[in-house]
Amino acid sequence: MLELKNLSKTYRTGDKALQNVTLTVPKGQVMALIGPSGAGKSTLIRCINRLVEPTSGSVILDGTDVTALGSGALRKMRRKMGMIFQQYALVERLTVMENVLSGRLGYVGFWRSYFRKYPQADVDEAFRLLDRVGLLAMADKRADELSGGQRQRVGIARALIQNPRLLLVDEPTASLDPKTSRQIMRLICELCAERDLAAVINIHDVALAQMFVERIVGLKAGELAFDGKPVEMTEDVLTNIYGEEDWHATIREVDDEDAEAEEPVA
Amino acid sequence: MPVSQNASGAKIWQLRNRNQTLARWAAYLAGVAVFMWCWQRISDATTWFFVWDAPRIAADIGGRAWPPRWSYMDKLWGPLWDTLNMATLGTLLALVMAVPVAFLAARNTTPSATFIRPIALFIIVATRSINSLIWALLLVAVIGPGVFAGLLAIAFRSIGFCAKLLYEAIEEIDPTQVEAITATGASRWQVMAYGIVPQIMPAFAGISVFRWDINIRESTVLGLVGAGGIGLQLQSSLNTLAWPQVTLILIVILAAVVIGEWVSAKVRGAII
Amino acid sequence: MSAVLLEDRLGTTWKKPPLISNPTLRWGLFIAAAVYLVLATASIDVNWSRVAEGLSRGWAFIASFFNPDFVSRGTDIRDGILESVIITVASTVVGILISIPIGLGAARNIAPLPVYLICRGIVALSRALNEIIVAILLVAIFGFGPLAGFLTLSFATIGFLAKLLAEDIEEMDKVQAEAIRATGSTWMQWINYGVQPQVMPRLIGLSMYRLDINFRESAVLGLVGAGGIGATLNTAFDRYEFDTAAAILLIIIVTVMVLEYLSGIIRAKVQ
Repeated sequence: MLELKNLSKTYRTGDKALQNVTLTVPKGQVMALIGPSGAGKSTLIRCINRLVEPTSGSVILDGTDVTALGSGALRKMRRKMGMIFQQYALVERLTVMENVLSGRLGYVGFWRSYFRKYPQADVDEAFRLLDRVGLLAMADKRADELSGGQRQRVGIARALIQNPRLLLVDEPTASLDPKTSRQIMRLICELCAERDLAAVINIHDVALAQMFVERIVGLKAGELAFDGKPVEMTEDVLTNIYGEEDWHATIREVDDEDAEAEEPVA
Repeated sequence: MPVSQNASGAKIWQLRNRNQTLARWAAYLAGVAVFMWCWQRISDATTWFFVWDAPRIAADIGGRAWPPRWSYMDKLWGPLWDTLNMATLGTLLALVMAVPVAFLAARNTTPSATFIRPIALFIIVATRSINSLIWALLLVAVIGPGVFAGLLAIAFRSIGFCAKLLYEAIEEIDPTQVEAITATGASRWQVMAYGIVPQIMPAFAGISVFRWDINIRESTVLGLVGAGGIGLQLQSSLNTLAWPQVTLILIVILAAVVIGEWVSAKVRGAII
Repeated sequence: MSAVLLEDRLGTTWKKPPLISNPTLRWGLFIAAAVYLVLATASIDVNWSRVAEGLSRGWAFIASFFNPDFVSRGTDIRDGILESVIITVASTVVGILISIPIGLGAARNIAPLPVYLICRGIVALSRALNEIIVAILLVAIFGFGPLAGFLTLSFATIGFLAKLLAEDIEEMDKVQAEAIRATGSTWMQWINYGVQPQVMPRLIGLSMYRLDINFRESAVLGLVGAGGIGATLNTAFDRYEFDTAAAILLIIIVTVMVLEYLSGIIRAKVQ
């Protein structure tokens, strides 16, 4: 469904963030993207919805070449790609409800969005999603009153109300504590399964990735270095991607995982 | 290199080495010389006889200026109302013009950094380097004396001030919030309304109230050049050497300024 | 997790919660603001025919910006600008020197209460009096000339710098100052080592900013006879010599731009 062909990005500073990345993500697959800081994970995700313009190569979503679109068509295409951010990226001074509804901006006209007159169907969907992520009671709170985990859930609801085909998730857990991190990852993966969404998740917590996703892709200095199932992720692979280090503990953690009972997220 | 060796070879520590110390002293010397020269010029242009006579003159004026002529207050309410209006409407008008200028001047929102941004920056510098009294002087010459000229003078002077602070606030916004709104497929104007405007709203409110406070002060003196407000009364009282009236006007101006500051502090406290 | 049920919210309309939740207060403020605006606008009588007549003069003035006349009053302009610069420099230097002790005295965390009250009083007085009014009074007392302008701006600088310096000192990192005090330093040493390094960069930045303000203010002091370029500018406007006025304004604008540029460099260096 999502196809990257020879995607490259060279920044004006001369940094080669991505080099000839070719990758296919089928419908409904949740894929984790790992790699050291500066390996080009963020750039890759932003090249897909062209928040960063790729230098060469193409991004094909459902048969449409995203890189060839003009600005109007690009906006329409962006509606199909929900994005979730590391620092939540909520508009802090707007209410939770406005933040969720802002996911519909690509569907409503300027004045409608300016006066907050969203179609009732959108409002209902926003309530449903807030209920699903467990924040219905917070609808009229301002985003900056929420905790980190709650904000990320609003971010998830904002991405889902776009009714996307694909989720682009940039370090969803980097600012969260370990327990909240797991809850958020679980929520994202459950929602993807419910809605049959494909997802590309940037993550640098390898153990967390192994715990939840079905496929892991490793990036190293802008190039693909690994592509396989979580179980194929060995110490050698990690050494290849990240460099020499004792990886034993990182991988072992996966095995002792599921014992912990967590409260349901919804 | 702070650590060096003296003649006998022992290590000594100094904050600066010899050249740095010399450069410093030279700079101080130059500074003092410039200041002394400036003072010399001021002194040459001063009639020192008047200065030595100043205490007597001050006492004389003080004696004549007290007590204030309270009955004159009846004639001050109208000008005071005009002063308030010049400040308030002038600030509003300035904000209407300053907002687009600020968006054109901010690096992250300007449509063209090479053509439009310099123009916006020039508008900002030009309007704020010219004092509101000079604006008033100019506008009185162009459209005639009166409150309207004062209002426009306040407005023009405030454009640059407000736009400068506002564009700095725009440049400091959190870019990821804007990115997130862009990623939803929002149009340019929607990104503005959802991603940028909420972030700069507190700064905008603060700047407006801050400038209003300053404008209250400035509008009290615009009358000196014929632009309406209480300054007109001050000017005519000074011209007729009616010192008790001058005292009263100064007291009223002081009260207006203090009240203005108090109101703006309250409003700012309520917003932030 | 809460009593709010999805079924209750579905199908209901949603409105952004208003900024002021009390409806009486909200509408009261709104109506008061509207009434004020109507009254204020109505009370400004604009003589439109006079304005229309002035428009051509306005255009003439704008046009003269592209054709400024630096020459015909060249000597006046040169002397005026020089005097403005002299007043600016002298008053900024003196203002800074006086405002440092007053700023120290106006910081509650290092000054005893009586000193604090006196210094705050000076600051408040200086800030409440508009420069032009001070200039008028000083001209009346000391006679015409740059001395009155110099004293005016020095006094205004004190109110500005001392207040900001005091606020800066009050917000400084207490731990650093405490550490110096713990070494057994004297009061002067404590200020020199514990306080000065913390506030110095901002003090330099503010001083540069004040230099810029003083120059702009010195341009109007001449209107009331306190020296500087203002007198020449006033004459130019009185005689409708817009090309000379434009020349003077351009000089002021360029000087302010240069000062801002310099202060940007200096501030970047000290921070």
